[in-house]
Amino acid sequence: MPIIQAFWAIIRRDLLLAFRRRAEMANPLFFFVLVVTLFPLAVGAQPNLLRAMAPGVIWVSALLAALLSLDSLFRSDFDDGSLEQMLLSPHALSILVLGKIIAHWLVTGLPLLLVAPLLAVFLGLPEQAMGTLWLTLILATPLLSLIGAIGVALTVGLRRGGMLLSLLVLPLYVPVLIFASGAVDRAASGLPVGAQLNILLAMLLSALVLVPLPTAAALKMSVN
Amino acid sequence: MSWIPAPVSRFFHRTSSPPHFYALADRFIPWLTVIFLLLLGAGLYGGLYLAPTDYQQGDSYRIIYIHVPAAWMSLFIYVLMAVMGGIALIWRMKLAEVMLISSAPIGAGFTFVALVTGSLWGKPMWGTWWVWDARLTSELILLFLYLGVISLYGAIEEKRAAARAVSILALVGVVNIPIIHYSVQWWNTLHQGPTVSKMDKPSIHVSMLVPLLLMAAAFKFYYLIAVLQAAKLELLKRETTSQWVKTLLEKQA
Amino acid sequence: MENSQHVSLQASELSCFRDERLLFSELSFSLQAGEVLLLEGANGSGKTSLLRILCGFREADAGELYWCGSKIADSSYYNDMAYVGHADGTKKELTVLENLKFALALGSAGKYDIEQALDKVQLAGFDDNPVHTLSAGQKRRLSLARLLITHNLLWILDEPFTSLDRQGIKLIESLMAEHIAQGGMAVLTSHHDLSMADLNLKRIHLQACQ
Repeated sequence: MPIIQAFWAIIRRDLLLAFRRRAEMANPLFFFVLVVTLFPLAVGAQPNLLRAMAPGVIWVSALLAALLSLDSLFRSDFDDGSLEQMLLSPHALSILVLGKIIAHWLVTGLPLLLVAPLLAVFLGLPEQAMGTLWLTLILATPLLSLIGAIGVALTVGLRRGGMLLSLLVLPLYVPVLIFASGAVDRAASGLPVGAQLNILLAMLLSALVLVPLPTAAALKMSVN
Repeated sequence: MSWIPAPVSRFFHRTSSPPHFYALADRFIPWLTVIFLLLLGAGLYGGLYLAPTDYQQGDSYRIIYIHVPAAWMSLFIYVLMAVMGGIALIWRMKLAEVMLISSAPIGAGFTFVALVTGSLWGKPMWGTWWVWDARLTSELILLFLYLGVISLYGAIEEKRAAARAVSILALVGVVNIPIIHYSVQWWNTLHQGPTVSKMDKPSIHVSMLVPLLLMAAAFKFYYLIAVLQAAKLELLKRETTSQWVKTLLEKQA
Repeated sequence: MENSQHVSLQASELSCFRDERLLFSELSFSLQAGEVLLLEGANGSGKTSLLRILCGFREADAGELYWCGSKIADSSYYNDMAYVGHADGTKKELTVLENLKFALALGSAGKYDIEQALDKVQLAGFDDNPVHTLSAGQKRRLSLARLLITHNLLWILDEPFTSLDRQGIKLIESLMAEHIAQGGMAVLTSHHDLSMADLNLKRIHLQACQ
């Protein structure tokens, strides 16, 4: 199937590109750690307070890191004409776009899983919540990339789209934030989290199906 | 569009042609204004004078006659914008684009009014101006959604592209509104425990309900008037170079 | 190219506005296999807009495009066309070979394989060079190699001669002549006049409407 081939080719190329620009790709990760570090400095280092705030702090920071990394999703493709070539490909743009989003998540979302334990230790998150924190990151960071893709696709043609992008995307991130940090919060107090994880999974699956279409339409509008 | 009967599609094409729509709007606005004023008068009279004082909240509850219809409108207009967006994307109808973008500031206005009145109402009830109540929080996020639509339209220079962009955004937003609403409600029960929810009253007395519905109808008519005026202006701006605008301006000069 | 006789691109009564300013209206033309269309006109006359309409990036405000007799949305148009614009669509961090392999994955295979194409555009031996090490002229030739390795009948070229020396221009012209001779067609904008006498050339001169 040529379309499957094109889909993998996109993922492979974007991963290769990320590898060649690896210095750049680490930035959202540093940002994530840095923002989390700011909270104890701002609110004080009482262990009880930090422990109570940990799920929220980690998730708000993950959200901001995802937001910061979004720009790289379509920016260079837009600037160097690759996006035009994708539009002209006989394959469905939405499938190619899905490939790009997956590659973007592998590069920017997945690494957050690696530093999450470190931050959990920083903030004194109970060990029993660690597994849930990982699960929410696995389920919800792809959601951040997917939802964000629509926003980037709408603003990629603008020279100064950064602020606008956060205005468009952050309200749509609210449910992800609520269920993900809520689940970690409940896990920290030893409560069951099945419902929250199931909701996140349902949201992820529907986003995988629904997001590529408006993203492709928005990209067509941006290339205009 | 073969599944739409010919007379219907002809009617839509005629009405949606900018000069025709402009003239039609001009003809309707005075009548709409009369109906709006009648409904508003009746609603305010019923709500502020006829309706009895609440035995718990005293007279301060009367702010619902603004707050509740404004909150309804804020949601109603967003859904309407998404419908317009769908029409604009599928049929490339210019009028739908214009109506969509003209609705956004009005919807944002209603959302803002709902937030302010909600906060004013909260002061005597809870003793603070702002409580993270589920309904108010959802309304606040809805305001951000509106502001996103307005800024996106402003940021894209070419207006046809901008209209397509906001159509997509409105559709994405309308899919997300129920999810946001549900998540905020869940969040609210998680973090706040039982709070006094304003709309959860099991029943509302008829003498209070009738003025509320009258006010809601009045707000609908106000929206119609405002959106027609805004759409007229937007059409003029968009079609400055076309012949019908030139003749219109000559006639007025 | 079994039925290259019937291959045609037809534009009927295209109009285009930019910022409510009319660029052109009721523009009709048709292009058969073996023909080249040169778009001329001053800056701002709508050459690029017309080219972008032909690519499907922009929508014409009125009018319709037909490929082999059917509307382009219902035809194999996007399988049969290729576009080289200002931005060449190559990734500067990737090597020449990686870029071409990716282009091949997005489309379907054409007349030449990658080795032959690189040879034809005089980039043989550059396979493993990252694109950012190439000169502007070499990059342009690389984007031409993309035309050679993928299947296409219609070339749409936006100012293909910029940043090329005389030799490079000759190269493009000979590639284009070969493409045309094999039943292909091309639409291009250029400030540089085409010097090929034996080319079946059509011209459209766009004038800015007042």
